[in-house]
Amino acid sequence: MHLKRPGPPGRLRVRKKKTGSQRIMTNTLNDLPPTDSFASRHIGPQSSDVKAMLKQLGYDSLDVLIDEVVPEDIRLRHPMNVPAAQSEEEVLNSLRQLANKNEVRRSYIGMGYYDCIVPPVILRNILENPGWYTAYTPYQPEIAQGRLEALLNFQTVVSDLTGLEIANASLLDEGTAAAEAVSMTRGLARKVTEPRFLVDTRCHPQTIDIVKTRADAQGIEIILSDPNDFAFDDSTVGILLQYPDTEGNIRDYTALCNRAHEANCLVTVATDLLSLTMLTPPGEWGADIAVGNAQRFGVPMGYGGPHAAFFATREKFKRSVPGRIIGVSKDAAGTQALRMALQTREQHIRREKATSNICTAQVLLAVISAMYACYHGPEGLRRIAVRVNTLSRLLAAGLETLGYKLRHNTFFDTLCIDTDPNTAARVHAAADKAKMNLREFTNGDIGVSIDETTTSDDVADLLGVFALQEQSPDVATLTASSANEIPSVFSRTTGFMEHPVFHKYRSETEMLRYLKRLEDRDLSLTSAMIPLGSCTMKLNATTEMIPVTWPEFGKLHPFAPPVQAAGYTELFRQLEEQLSEITGFDAISLQPNAGSQGEFSGLLAIRAYHHDRGDTQRTTCLIPQSAHGTNPASAVLAGMDVVVVKTDSRGNIDVDDLRAKADKHRDTLGALMVTYPSTHGVFESSIRDVCDIIHQHGGQVYMDGANMNAQVGLCRPGDIGADVCHLNLHKTFCIPHGGGGPGMGPIGVAKHLTPFLPDHPVIKIGHAKPFGTVSAAPWGSSSIMTISWAYLQLMGGDGLTDATRISILNANYIASRLRGEYELLYAGTNGLIAHECIIDTRPFKNSAGVSVEDMAKRLIDYGFHPPTISFPVAGTMMVEPTESESKEELDRFCNAMLAIREEIREIEEGRADKTNNVLTNAPHTLASVVADDWNRPYSRETAAFPTAATREHKIWPFVGRIDAAYGDRHLVCSCPPIEEYELEPVGGVV
Amino acid sequence: MSSIPDNLRYTEEHEYIQQTEDASVVVIGITDYAQGELGDIVYIELPDVGATFDRMEIFGTIEAVKAVSELFSPLAGEVVEVNAALSSDPSLINNDPYGDGWMIKMRLQSPDELEQALAASDYAQHIGE
Repeated sequence: MHLKRPGPPGRLRVRKKKTGSQRIMTNTLNDLPPTDSFASRHIGPQSSDVKAMLKQLGYDSLDVLIDEVVPEDIRLRHPMNVPAAQSEEEVLNSLRQLANKNEVRRSYIGMGYYDCIVPPVILRNILENPGWYTAYTPYQPEIAQGRLEALLNFQTVVSDLTGLEIANASLLDEGTAAAEAVSMTRGLARKVTEPRFLVDTRCHPQTIDIVKTRADAQGIEIILSDPNDFAFDDSTVGILLQYPDTEGNIRDYTALCNRAHEANCLVTVATDLLSLTMLTPPGEWGADIAVGNAQRFGVPMGYGGPHAAFFATREKFKRSVPGRIIGVSKDAAGTQALRMALQTREQHIRREKATSNICTAQVLLAVISAMYACYHGPEGLRRIAVRVNTLSRLLAAGLETLGYKLRHNTFFDTLCIDTDPNTAARVHAAADKAKMNLREFTNGDIGVSIDETTTSDDVADLLGVFALQEQSPDVATLTASSANEIPSVFSRTTGFMEHPVFHKYRSETEMLRYLKRLEDRDLSLTSAMIPLGSCTMKLNATTEMIPVTWPEFGKLHPFAPPVQAAGYTELFRQLEEQLSEITGFDAISLQPNAGSQGEFSGLLAIRAYHHDRGDTQRTTCLIPQSAHGTNPASAVLAGMDVVVVKTDSRGNIDVDDLRAKADKHRDTLGALMVTYPSTHGVFESSIRDVCDIIHQHGGQVYMDGANMNAQVGLCRPGDIGADVCHLNLHKTFCIPHGGGGPGMGPIGVAKHLTPFLPDHPVIKIGHAKPFGTVSAAPWGSSSIMTISWAYLQLMGGDGLTDATRISILNANYIASRLRGEYELLYAGTNGLIAHECIIDTRPFKNSAGVSVEDMAKRLIDYGFHPPTISFPVAGTMMVEPTESESKEELDRFCNAMLAIREEIREIEEGRADKTNNVLTNAPHTLASVVADDWNRPYSRETAAFPTAATREHKIWPFVGRIDAAYGDRHLVCSCPPIEEYELEPVGGVV
Repeated sequence: MSSIPDNLRYTEEHEYIQQTEDASVVVIGITDYAQGELGDIVYIELPDVGATFDRMEIFGTIEAVKAVSELFSPLAGEVVEVNAALSSDPSLINNDPYGDGWMIKMRLQSPDELEQALAASDYAQHIGE
């Protein structure tokens, strides 16, 4: 152990001198350790616990244990060259200094990102609240009804505003959402062999680049033109429009939609939710799919993210929708209950047949946007929209007074000003002086986008800038021209958000209580460990989270001139350097916005490398049977053909099969995708051979970094032989899961792949031969990278390595305590595992009629979030405790598992009923155990309070076992109608 | 133990073939074992009447809550009838796979090919029962 621990907080540890009299203190600086060293706060087990745990495992030292777990030939034998650990106070100070190097200016750039007012009740109680941000994806709906309700609200808002029947929750950003629409459209037109997709040149530039990058890999031809020039033929499968477009113009697409539909084409439109409170919704004028960014509904711009993107479409396409959909079902008692619906669409089930690889999305941000909508209600949102539109029209009137010409007369919030280059340059210079950012169109036009934060003083300042040396008109005397009113053809006539949930929470007290009520329905890390295998639910420390909501990080527009983001630039550079060192790679791209995007980006870098060498035929991708479903889905999206490699009886890659397949496909071998340690939680000793075989046959090695938490400081993907690896910053590097997002999936690459890393059309990153663009913002979700940066500085090299060692110790400790009562799958040759263990629960199906699901639900009664179930092996449980869980919590979990084993034994031995028992009826709700009639053959106490710990802190599942099949057979994915409530007027309130 | 009626023919992909009074027309569905493995079936996509399939060609998709599978045509032929009841109540496949849960009726291109399908005992062996 190298844990440098200062002793209990608040007590200065002093070193006794070996000579001389007692109690002589040396008052030198060297003997004054910081009192808030972080590593011992991040790591659960304390020194004495570690000793006891090693004893349980039969080891004298942690070093010996680690030596036996990690193969000798891949060990990193020198300390990582990362900065020494800083205290929490020091890191906050460092971040404050970085923040001060960012310059927050008034942003009028627009392009899908708008400043907004985050209601403080939402800021503090969601975005800054671990009860919301430390939850996991709602795969266990009985303990996730709170965020599931919030997400259902999100879907209802999106569905109502876009005028389309079904919406998901949620996607990564507007650009990737548009690309998902292209993929879905292509998937629905299977019979077209050489598909073409028409894209309006007046979509946002980042959207166009992302769509082009994705379509190119999938063999879809993108034709960019003005919609008036769209030519439909048999190969055309769909069109992409923007409403209002990137120049702010609102155009009537009705006739175009008719033409598209006559040609069997689907119409996708990228749109803006706030504008849709005033404009005719796309679903009413013929769009089939609507996508966009919900950011301006209460989420800071964050220099690019994170925000939730949305995707809405028609009911008939529901089985093709990408991403997660929340649906209404019922529980065992018939009570209405929510859960994720139609999961068979998703990559984790459909694998290489999936049309999308998306998994982690942006749940936390979707929740915020939903609550912003609930808090303002339809009339409040419309008031904001009308204000934005009115200020825009007043600005237009002032600009026309000054002699400027507007490119378009119909707009919502964005003006495009047609001016000569000389005037444009003078205006931008004046804007710079006034500390504001305007948009510079490539043709010299000037763009100004108004948002919720804009005031009449701001409009006056803008007019002052445009006036140059002239007298600017007085805003108070301006009258908006009727020529700029939104014409009736575009005027929204249908109501929206009529459900009571959007009308009940107007006062802060009511809102606060609604948020708290929902939070209390969910299990997060604030209550118990969430031992999800392959998900690394570690501590998301408060110090790491605090800077995320600082305005210097939150209020920057992603396309602000980089000179204004000097703090971010420095933070990115340091993060890249440190992640390069940790992974052993040459360079890092911080652009991919989630693990799935990292996979896709890594494969595209490999593809670009092969193409650059003229090896365009290298499209075969070998993937082990045991891989996560996202791997094959990503490979197919990257234009590759998947060939599955067998795994042996120990769960390792079958090296003979790998060699045979690499040899068979040697002319076309593009890549291997391999997870390390394996998805079975084992450091495969053959990994170097595996990489060598691929390289010998002309392929590249893609390493899935989902299990990086077992590698940091002990071995490095780059040294092992990987050419590219993605990192889930939301696993190993402490970004919270947010209940299902945000995530970040940067990639590290070996030197020969560096030139091919992604770039961005608006803010140049500067790679030599970029394969394209994968995220709407140049550095993905910038604001949350402060979290990973803080984690690295807090831990230092020793702390990071200790975290890895303890994560391995914790997993082996659990395995050791459960072995004997449970069969454990896939240990390494010495009986040890890496950082997660698989418990074989399949035998209980025959012995007691108990399924892995029964056991998972029973764990909820014991106060735990169940581990991952049925991955990577159907019918089993995979447990990953992470380093952050203390021995006490591990013991509590093991005791629960052992108690459940006893409950199973009672059934096996005929002492408990085979169909009516604590397991099959789990989880037990409060309503069920206090009900007047209790006719179960076990006590209410056994049902609800199986352990002493549950009496101290009981987490009640809000609903009982959910009937998933019912919900999938009767799909409802917006707030269910309630017959009796008064509709508040929506139109005409403003 | 799942039900494997002796009077039916089977495929390794878990479809059954039931003969009708018309020697060239058969009823096709999935076995009791297959429905048990899939779990609660929530959706089925079936072809239109008149569609033709080769042997082993995909004729549809079946979805359960956590699983999805393609349906393979056990023999070559033309679809003459589709079980419309399944679209509104796919649970019929779980509850009565050999009866109300049937999927399509097919007119076989060469009825002799039926002999190549598995007998009940062979199928039982195939699924290890």
